[in-house]
Amino acid sequence: MWRKSVPPEATAQKWNIKTGFNGDFIFKGITVLFAFSILVILALMIYEMVGESLPAMKKFGGHFIGGMEWDAVQGTFGALPYLYGSIVSSVLALALATPLSVGSAVFITEIAPKKLGAVVAALVELLAAIPSVIYGLWGILVMAPWLQKTVQPFLIEHFGFLPFFKGAPYGVSMLAAVFILMIMVVPIITSITKEVLLAVPQSQKEAAIALGATRWEMIRMAVLPYGRSGILGAVILGLGRAIGETMAVTMVIGNAPQISLSLLSPAYTMPSVIANEFAETTSKLHSAALMEIGLILLVVTLVINALARLLIWSVTRRQSGGSH
Amino acid sequence: MRSVTLRKANNLLMTALMVAATLSVLVPLAFIFVHIIKMGLSSISLDFFTQIPKPTGETGGGMANGIVGSAVMIAMASLLGLPIGIFGAVYLAEYGGSRISTIIRFAADVLSGIPSIITGMVAYTLLVVPMKGFSALAGSVALAMIMIPIVLRTTEEQLKMVPGSLREASLALGVPLWRTSLKVTLRSAMTGVMTGILLAIARVAGETAPLLFTALGNQFWSRKLTEPMAAMPLQIFSFAISPYEDWHRLAWAGALVLVTVMFSLSLAARYFGRNRQKG
Repeated sequence: MWRKSVPPEATAQKWNIKTGFNGDFIFKGITVLFAFSILVILALMIYEMVGESLPAMKKFGGHFIGGMEWDAVQGTFGALPYLYGSIVSSVLALALATPLSVGSAVFITEIAPKKLGAVVAALVELLAAIPSVIYGLWGILVMAPWLQKTVQPFLIEHFGFLPFFKGAPYGVSMLAAVFILMIMVVPIITSITKEVLLAVPQSQKEAAIALGATRWEMIRMAVLPYGRSGILGAVILGLGRAIGETMAVTMVIGNAPQISLSLLSPAYTMPSVIANEFAETTSKLHSAALMEIGLILLVVTLVINALARLLIWSVTRRQSGGSH
Repeated sequence: MRSVTLRKANNLLMTALMVAATLSVLVPLAFIFVHIIKMGLSSISLDFFTQIPKPTGETGGGMANGIVGSAVMIAMASLLGLPIGIFGAVYLAEYGGSRISTIIRFAADVLSGIPSIITGMVAYTLLVVPMKGFSALAGSVALAMIMIPIVLRTTEEQLKMVPGSLREASLALGVPLWRTSLKVTLRSAMTGVMTGILLAIARVAGETAPLLFTALGNQFWSRKLTEPMAAMPLQIFSFAISPYEDWHRLAWAGALVLVTVMFSLSLAARYFGRNRQKG
């Protein structure tokens, strides 16, 4: 911190003697205000979401989370199909994305020649920069028809005896949501894992090599264990993204509030129902129910993100703190 | 101890798996790009930039109102969000005690991970409900709330890289701390700060979810900031889920334009970033 080297009296002259203008006081006041706006926004979000969802909480209590029925006309609201859809789509997408992401991050940092690694890293960053509505556009107009014509009939024919692949090929389905989420979270996990792996001290790797380890053994014994908590953080961060992802999922999941084991049938997620219904709610209770779904989403993503950041910081800080 | 041959074979196998993982990450990217470019180029025309969407059934039309709407809302969001983010970062880097800075830094990281649709809902309750109507203003505020934590974090990183000796030199000349922050610290970190600004703009340029219940979208031109306003991502969304071939083509053209804008922004950000490393 640079201020440690400056004695307090060096900045003691805070106001202009002639005009009495105290620039430091005003400037500091503005910056304090702006910096604390982060905390204000966060507090405001929680306060508003809790306040607005109170009517639904009072009416349904715990039944809201366990309820299957979502009927705006009757005024009964249960969020279980949306919770189910969000959890299943995100967890499956993460299960597919994690090995791919960690593999590519290892490729970028440890295996590829420096230039090739940089090119791949830049391409992955590009992938992360594509807006989710464009993933959705591609998903609904290209991927879903492809799934319907090719992948799903194949799965039904060969694996139809499993409950996961029963039913008719619709195209828009849980499977489509899983695929599109996988494509979307891979760049996030890859780029953070890459940062984490770069923080692994060179000496650790050299020690492994010096003991006669092959490159894979070095990766397995020196690189991955050192970055473990950071990689876990990256994966959890990806989970947060997947659960909160709205547009692309809304466009490909089929938006049917049902719980089905089959990945081929349409489903619904928490952000999707908000996106589809919030602008045209029919009653106060309807909007409160959507707000409560939003609140659940907010709490879940808050916890996930806090946890992920702590894990990532624990690795990247250790490096910058330890070596200087 | 396993034999050397086995270990070498294992090494080769795992290396091949890593390469395969990388390829399977890049293949969808290639597919998406090829499609956007192919479909976009075959659908785009001058009308796209000058016309508003035609009613269903009529061919042609464009996204002129969406392009202008997006530009207006991004500009307003920047006016609101950039100063807050940048000067908030000045506090963290120049004034803040280490504990409170860590808390704010952490809160900013957490905030940037909150789904943008929640930001939209909050902007709805804060602005749309009291103002009794969807508006471009509410959309801009929602976008600004997304920009603030991004700009704050990138700016702070840049300010921390400015050597303390520069500040000391300025202070030693009798320049007050606030002028030092503005004229010395911020100025010498300017290119890096620009990178952060461009990345934040690129991020919100494609945001759709926070605009759904704030700006709402508009089939026509908006004359006032208190009216619903069209935005390109919103139009791409509603055209993509429509059953009309002609609207799909407009959506592809829109996707091409949006992706081009975003990549130009990231390239510009990279350019500023590179300059900084050299200097």
